[in-house]
Amino acid sequence: MTRRALYMLPVVLFLVLAGYFAYALRPNHDPHELPSAMIDKEAPAFILPGLNGDGISRDGLKGSPVVINFFASWCVPCREEEPMLMRLADREHIPLYGIDYKDHPEDASRLLAEFGNPFRRIGQDVDGSVGLNFGVYGVPETYVIDSAGHIRKRFVGPLTAEQVKNELLPLLKSLGKS
Amino acid sequence: MRAAHFLQDARRRFGLHARILLALAVLGAAVPAARAVEPNERLANPALEARARAISVNLRCLVCQNETIDESNAGLAHDLRVFLRQRLLAGDTDSQAVQAIVNRYGDFVLLKPPVMPATYILWFAPFGLALCGVAGLVVWLRRSNAAPDADAALLAKPLNASEQKRLETLLKESDH
Repeated sequence: MTRRALYMLPVVLFLVLAGYFAYALRPNHDPHELPSAMIDKEAPAFILPGLNGDGISRDGLKGSPVVINFFASWCVPCREEEPMLMRLADREHIPLYGIDYKDHPEDASRLLAEFGNPFRRIGQDVDGSVGLNFGVYGVPETYVIDSAGHIRKRFVGPLTAEQVKNELLPLLKSLGKS
Repeated sequence: MRAAHFLQDARRRFGLHARILLALAVLGAAVPAARAVEPNERLANPALEARARAISVNLRCLVCQNETIDESNAGLAHDLRVFLRQRLLAGDTDSQAVQAIVNRYGDFVLLKPPVMPATYILWFAPFGLALCGVAGLVVWLRRSNAAPDADAALLAKPLNASEQKRLETLLKESDH
């Protein structure tokens, strides 16, 4: 009896490994995407000068949930993401704020003139220090911040339609988007 | 005269290769040996700079993911090197400076994963597996040592009546 159980051991080991590999290789999962260390922590304080308008600060944005998108004119995936952001702003009326990451203001203005401006306001993070405090490791990154100023979610890379439908919109709804 | 002629011939024949080799050697010397720390990033205080270098060889560049921020040319690695040095200048201890970066970028930024419940399997599984192997080996050796004794005991016992009968039939069959 025990001997038979011993013969099953390789099968059990195989199943455990196969299960682990299937989990690690599941579809729609990018193993290079890193979980943010900032989730459920208070967003780092920042006060940024505005691009073509008023600036933004963390404390100024408190009071209602907001979505902050780090972008740059030199970033190709950001251009790819632009139509999605425009749709979110125009159709879903998402409170979308931009942080222009390590960029020249003239270049960013040109980009927005070309593609349209989905942001309510834009802050200029010229030296990238605000991005560093957020743990940004590549643009675009999109953060959802609740009304108390806590980071609730980070999206790395251009927002996809699935992410918006399955994650971003439900999250904002649960946070009580205004 | 002949020697000069030979030299000229050799130069004509090998000149191109020699020149290419020379060019490669010069290029190789000009490329810095995987050192991305730029002169303008370095701190004036050599002791602080040495601490910064020692810390940054253990921090991962999250863009390249398998390079240290000390070696990487990525913009993020540059930012982290500068940030680290700012923290050291401001009086942080080594562990405070590392913690400031971990707070922003998570444990993944550490090239050597810390020992904590989530990494117990990573750290201890190899030893656990080795222990299992040793235990298996001990059991197996004991059994194979015990087996000859069992065989010997069986051989020492005389055959009983039915065994004797079976032996005789088998021997009779083989006679044919």
